Amino acid sequence: MDAVRVENLVKRYGKIEALRGISFRIAPGELFAFLGPNGAGKTTTIRILCGLTRPTAGRAFFYEVDVFKRPVEAKKMAGLVPQTINLDLELTVAENLFIHGLLFGLSREEISRRARALLDFAELSDRKDHKVRTLSGGMRRRLLIIRALLHEPRILFLDEPTVGLDPHIRRRLWGLIKRIQQQGTTIFLTTHYIEEAEFLADRVAFIDQGRLIIEGTPQALMARLGEFAVDVVRESGLETKYFPNREEAEKFALALAEQAETVTIRRVNLEDAFVYFTGRKV
Amino acid sequence: MKGFLAVYLREILIIWHRLPRMLLSFSVSPTLYLVAFGFGLGKDLQVGGRPYLEFLIPGLVAASSMTQGFGINVEINVARFYLKVFEEFQAAPISNLAYVLGEILSGVTRALLSVSVILLITSLAGVSFSFGPAFWTGVILNAFIFAALGVTSAMVIRSHADQALVTNFIITPMAFLGGTFFPIENMPSAVQVVLKALPLTHAARLIRQAAYGEGLRWDSLAILLILAACGLFLAYRSVDRARD
Repeated sequence: MDAVRVENLVKRYGKIEALRGISFRIAPGELFAFLGPNGAGKTTTIRILCGLTRPTAGRAFFYEVDVFKRPVEAKKMAGLVPQTINLDLELTVAENLFIHGLLFGLSREEISRRARALLDFAELSDRKDHKVRTLSGGMRRRLLIIRALLHEPRILFLDEPTVGLDPHIRRRLWGLIKRIQQQGTTIFLTTHYIEEAEFLADRVAFIDQGRLIIEGTPQALMARLGEFAVDVVRESGLETKYFPNREEAEKFALALAEQAETVTIRRVNLEDAFVYFTGRKV
Repeated sequence: MKGFLAVYLREILIIWHRLPRMLLSFSVSPTLYLVAFGFGLGKDLQVGGRPYLEFLIPGLVAASSMTQGFGINVEINVARFYLKVFEEFQAAPISNLAYVLGEILSGVTRALLSVSVILLITSLAGVSFSFGPAFWTGVILNAFIFAALGVTSAMVIRSHADQALVTNFIITPMAFLGGTFFPIENMPSAVQVVLKALPLTHAARLIRQAAYGEGLRWDSLAILLILAACGLFLAYRSVDRARD
């Protein structure tokens, strides 16, 4: 049984088509990432699946529960970490968690027990009684993540969870996300950071202009291009060629060395795959 | 049930964190009205055979319960457009009715707080009223109706700026014309017809008659109950519109 199954999801805002018939599946326990530029349709997909936006057409299921026909049941299975921090700044950390717990039908004892464990997990225990407005950006992000985990969702939606954070905090959050997945939670992540998708995701889907271009493991997507890339800088711009092995790449680079300004040999990365399949930069 | 409680408790916690500032702010308007219209116009001024102050205070109670009830729209707007906390409610497994009731009840709570402040201040003026169940029924119903309309308008508008238009064109005129500061019977008959259609007019009548100890005004009560049911229905239907 799939943890998430989405069939032909369409969203139109007037004449603008934000999603043009997207379909995908996520297996239980898998970390699946949507990688695409701003405006590709990543956030719209998450908003629809979490009940924040109405779809124009299509179907979606969480563990075979119809998300649009049985929204209350589906929402109980989902935890959402939105792109924008939507915490109550005037309330304390503990109060934010308590309200979330009540919204998801937890008892006072359950909230208290789970909040204690999650605050430890996110290293926020000493901030429990502080107002959220006094927390740093990184702490707010961690609080946002553990708030979404409080009701123990089977599927966690992370919409650009590290956007705007410095590299040090971003890596700390990656560790947190990996630990959440190791505990058995299915994770659907959207990002426009290539390295984030490459580091975290079991499987990646490239999304662009409302269309899902291709999906697969990062390794499989990169392997479609080859193992090595040669970047050739000419007056006309940057050109990249892909090769199955280093020998062929070196042979090509040597032949071009005198004609081009710079020739660089490197391993193929996920960005190469994105540019290759979508024809665009992330 | 827990969904309703969560929505209500969130608003109550916000009130709790802001309580001193809020109580101070609740006391400004009634004090000014009392000074300007009560004492400034003179104690000898009579309306319907009673001192004007006795006429004015129940009107202030009606107007304040309306504005504070409707004022929940500001909190919802901040939660929706600025803090984005509204999305937390949308993503939670709660019904629209639970959300609406939680917000309306918090509007009623704010109204009760503001009315208590008014009554405390006006008690210093030496005016005594009857504060029986009829009085509080009028206050609560009035606050309920306008809190429901506050939720509806907060769900329907597309930006925070639009909310000011609703307040300026509907709530402020009603606060002045709904039988709060003068008897609407003094107005031309054609205008009276319009003013009698305002919910605040009936709330002011009900609250004033109860405050005078003259019992429950059944016709106004019936109208307010119908309006409360309509308000609840509108608020309930409007929540889905907030999903884009």
